[in-house]
Amino acid sequence: MKNPKDAADWIVHIKAVAQTRDQSAFKALFVYFGPRVKSFLMRSGLEESLAEECMQEVMVSVWRKAHLFDPSKASPGTWIFTIARNRKIDLLRKSSRPEPEDLPWGPEAQKDQHEILELQQDTDRLREALVKLPQKQRDLVERAFLGDISHKEIATETGLPLGTIKSRIRLAIERLRHELGVEATR
Amino acid sequence: MITHHITDSLLMGYAAGALSEPLDLIVASHVSLCDDARARLSAYESVGGAMLEAETPVDIAHDSFDKTLQLIMGDAPTDTVHEAVKAPMPHAVFPKPLRDYVGGDLDSIRWRPLGFGVKQAVVTPRRETAVARLLSIPAGQAMPDHGHSGLEVTLVLEGAYIDANGRFARGDIEVATEEDEHTPVADIGGECICLVVTDAPLRFNGVIPKVAQKILRI
Repeated sequence: MKNPKDAADWIVHIKAVAQTRDQSAFKALFVYFGPRVKSFLMRSGLEESLAEECMQEVMVSVWRKAHLFDPSKASPGTWIFTIARNRKIDLLRKSSRPEPEDLPWGPEAQKDQHEILELQQDTDRLREALVKLPQKQRDLVERAFLGDISHKEIATETGLPLGTIKSRIRLAIERLRHELGVEATR
Repeated sequence: MITHHITDSLLMGYAAGALSEPLDLIVASHVSLCDDARARLSAYESVGGAMLEAETPVDIAHDSFDKTLQLIMGDAPTDTVHEAVKAPMPHAVFPKPLRDYVGGDLDSIRWRPLGFGVKQAVVTPRRETAVARLLSIPAGQAMPDHGHSGLEVTLVLEGAYIDANGRFARGDIEVATEEDEHTPVADIGGECICLVVTDAPLRFNGVIPKVAQKILRI
C-alpha cells in the first residue's frame, strides 16, 4: 500500500481493516492518528497516562467500527475525531453520551464515488484553510474544540469553507433517503 | 416538515463536545429527526477532524501499538457487522438517543402532575444545573407563564404548540434566552409532548405557580 497522504488514501486503509482485518493498514492508521489523538486528548485536559490509555481505546474502536465508517458522510480524520471526542466524554461522565441515531443504511448502499471524492477533497481543503487561519482565529477554533470555552462564546465567523461541506452532505443524505424511500421524520 | 431549526452555536458545541449532558441529549435527539441539522453538525465535526489532523504528534508509549493489538485480540470477537442494521422503530415517539437515555419509549415514562393536566418527568440526574425534562400539555392548554434565568431549549416530539414565535410541531426546536417570556399553548389537535432543557431553574410569574415550583421542584 502506498504511503498515505490525504483523506482518500486513508479511506483505502480503513476499508482494508474492515474487509480483510489488515494489520499493516491498521498500523499505518495507528502511526499517523495515534499520536495526534493523544495530543488532542492531552490538550483537552487529560493527563498523559490517561490520554495514552484513552488513545489506545480510540484505536481499538477504529479497528472494531471500521465497517461502519461511511466516506459519504465524513472524512477519516473527522470520523476518528468523533470517536475520540465521544470516548473522552464517556470517560469524564462515566456514562455513554447521547449520539444521533444512525441513518438506516449500511455500508452496502451504493455510493457515488465522485461525490465521496469531492467531500474528501473539501475536507482536505478545510484542513489547509484551518492551518492558514490567522493565529487568533485558529486559537478560537482550537479552544472551542478543546472544551476551553462555552458554546455561547464560539464565534463561527472564521470564514472556514463549511458551506460546500454542508450542502454536499445534505445532498448525500437526500439521495440515500430517496433511494431507500425513507422519510426524514418517522 | 421541520420549520424551526437549531442554532449554530448548539451544533458547534455538540461537535466540539462542549455541552452539558442534557444539551447533548436534546441536540442528538433533534439531529436524529432533522437532516438539515445532521448536515450542519457533520460540517462542524469536520472542523474537529481538520483540527485533529493538524495536531502536532506527541510521543506515545513504546509498546502502544502492541498493547492496542492485545486489547483487540484479547476480547471475544464481537459480531458488530450487523449492528448498523438493528431494527429501527419507525413508529416510536422518542428519537433513538432519548429512548436509549430513558430506557424506553413514551409508554415507559412515569409522569408527575403539575396541575391543569400538565405533566412532567425529569429525565436527567439532578447533579447538574442543567436539567432535561419531558412535558406533556393537554390539547389547548397553556403552559404556566414563565421566564427563565438562562437558556431554555424545547424540542417537540408529538403534537404541537403555539407561542409568539410561531407554531412548533414534531422535530421543531425552539431556543429561548432569558429575555424571552413566552406562554406556549398546546395545539387543539392533541396533547403536546416536548423535551425541554433548561440550564437554570424556570421563573414562574404568579403566586400559585411559584408555590407549585417549590413543591414540585420544576
